Amino acid sequence: MDHESNKSRRDFLKNCIAGGVVLGASGKLRLLAAAEPTAPPLKSRVAIARDPMLRGTGSAVDSGRMANLLDRTMQTLFEMNHPAEPWKKLFHPGEKIGIKVNMLGGRGLSSNLQLVEAICQRLQEAGIKASDIVIWDHDTAELEHVGFPVATEGNRVQCFGTDRVGYEDGLVTYGSVGSRLSKILTQRCDAMINVPVLKDHEGAGVTIALKNMYGVIHNPNKLHPNGCNPFVADLNMLPAIRTKMRLTICDATTACYEGGPGFKPQYSWKENALIASQDPVALDSCGWRIIENKRAEKKMKSLEAEHRAPRYIATAADAQHRLGTNDPQRIALVEV
Amino acid sequence: MARQTDVDSNAERDPKPRAVSALAPAIDRRAFLKCAAMAGATTGATCGLARLVLPLSAMPPPTQPTQDDAQFTVEAKFYQKFPNKKIKCKLCPRECTVGDRERGYCGARENHGGTYYSLVHSRVCAAHVDPIEKKPLFHYLPGTLAFSIATAGCNVNCKFCQNWDISQVRPEQVPAQYAPPKAVAELAKQNHCPTIAYTYSEPVIFSEYLMDAADAGHETGIRSVVVTNGYIQNEALKTAYGKMDAVKIDLKAFTESYYRDVVTGELKPVLESLVALQKMGKWTEIVYLVVPTLNDSEAEFQGLARWVKTNLGADVPVHFTQFHPEYLLKNLSITPIPTLERAKAIADAEGLHYVYIGNVPGHPAQNTYCPKCRRMLVERVGFTASQMLIRKGACPFCNQAIPGIWHA
Repeated sequence: MDHESNKSRRDFLKNCIAGGVVLGASGKLRLLAAAEPTAPPLKSRVAIARDPMLRGTGSAVDSGRMANLLDRTMQTLFEMNHPAEPWKKLFHPGEKIGIKVNMLGGRGLSSNLQLVEAICQRLQEAGIKASDIVIWDHDTAELEHVGFPVATEGNRVQCFGTDRVGYEDGLVTYGSVGSRLSKILTQRCDAMINVPVLKDHEGAGVTIALKNMYGVIHNPNKLHPNGCNPFVADLNMLPAIRTKMRLTICDATTACYEGGPGFKPQYSWKENALIASQDPVALDSCGWRIIENKRAEKKMKSLEAEHRAPRYIATAADAQHRLGTNDPQRIALVEV
Repeated sequence: MARQTDVDSNAERDPKPRAVSALAPAIDRRAFLKCAAMAGATTGATCGLARLVLPLSAMPPPTQPTQDDAQFTVEAKFYQKFPNKKIKCKLCPRECTVGDRERGYCGARENHGGTYYSLVHSRVCAAHVDPIEKKPLFHYLPGTLAFSIATAGCNVNCKFCQNWDISQVRPEQVPAQYAPPKAVAELAKQNHCPTIAYTYSEPVIFSEYLMDAADAGHETGIRSVVVTNGYIQNEALKTAYGKMDAVKIDLKAFTESYYRDVVTGELKPVLESLVALQKMGKWTEIVYLVVPTLNDSEAEFQGLARWVKTNLGADVPVHFTQFHPEYLLKNLSITPIPTLERAKAIADAEGLHYVYIGNVPGHPAQNTYCPKCRRMLVERVGFTASQMLIRKGACPFCNQAIPGIWHA
């Protein structure tokens, strides 16, 4: 069969697995119309792609290799052959896309500049205008310190912090959380790409996709008691976050297994990987396993043994939240 | 500056706060460590001056940073250093363990490279001239004014907070003015205030500033009072509140569950603070904000009253104040007056001498009565002490000693 037929058949099978196929009374199969809500997929897909030569023979990430790594990650996640296809599937011309990075770790442990540049490139190739892309975190100076060029106007990718525009006046609430949201999220984004860093966290256990949303609100310091649980899960239930989050690409090029979220070089390692998913709970679950494996390799106690296992992950997956799955039986982890 | 109400007092809003003249430098956040090392906050910043500009919230384009951090930054007191640049804050019972580049729960203190800094020294985001009765302090210099100041931040998160727009934010999220301690003392004098009041948000978290301002005030004969949740460690309480001339404690409830679920705090340390203040001989008054359905049981009122009588004595004033829906408890109704009156009746029956009802202007329970002969000694209308009959600290009718600080 030719390529298009293969693609159609694959999509058909995916729809079947997704529960989008109903056996009618006549016994004939019928597909649900695209506009109708489908049952959630049986498995959440998480793609991990690695490149041991990401930095060549030096320590700096090679931009070209990073772009290739990103492409492999996305193509694996969406099971598509061409690098541009996943982006066209997810994002559409005219949309404003926010790339929520994480700068807390400074130069040593923040969302990688080359990764974000590659994301911006792919978005533009998918028809998103440069000026409709905003790279952001809570503080402009921190972005600058890591090397992101601040841009607030013009026909180029924008890059600035919430400190430049502020937070919405009104509070949004869910469960234990009552917060004001960044105006970048509420007024400058139709969709969000979450680009956290794979890190240990002294309070929460780990800080990956779900906890990166702490940078979206005005009062993250109030959400740290009890290992950040249930605050992390409740925060991700806020409609503006939940509805706009389309994709998480976790930067695991440099990761940390102890002493996070700040950068501690003695506890960081070069995993040279990206982890992507549309299910942030599944992604966090997989990321936690990677950190635990590293800790075991370093002969350190597990997070559970240290009484700081990330309980927020299970909360995010529970019946009240349903933000994703932490059940290994329901996670399709593909490593390339 | 935004209107401000004293924490838990639910006081009427000031129609227009009196402006506080100030200058504020504008340095980028990266200069933070340099200026912190220079410790210029108390002796006068050396980092240049610029006009304070309110942060803009209109969308696009984003604005340049408008607020300096560095000159408000001083090394914190009450913390312990640990390996790997970690610190443990010893200011309040929360004892936040804070990693490098992170902040404590209060949002007003930050770890940089293993040194802990207060980000709010001289960083005033609210300043008003209030009647002292508004704190409320009823047995302290009645009829006088208090120069009342606050910085951003708080070490709890009360769901009913009326000042959440300054207490539940980070310092850089709210406009502020540079008001060093000597300037505060001078402004108090200029505004005919015999007292500086640290209030609105939670003064525990700006203890360093509070102490320096109190010292500056005392040098010129200006007293200091604090309106606080009392959620502070004993050592810090003795050091910081030891400089206060009077203390008003917001005792939020008399159950640990309420403190845990509604306040995000703990009851026990607050009770310990009250006992410690008593031992220090600090004039203390207690406010209990009565929140319908949450802390308004008779058992709690009785438990509170008995505890106060046993541990602090019958002469400690207790104010049962009316709740108004705010912040995260907008779904509740205001406290019915009969509930407040029931609380007062229970406390009276337990033998407390000075039990008041707050936030109900014109209620007779806002007046002070002699516990012996029951004659009215201080009449209050709203926040104004319209009549003050106490002479030499005693009832003029029966000579009963009336505890308090009645005259400057």
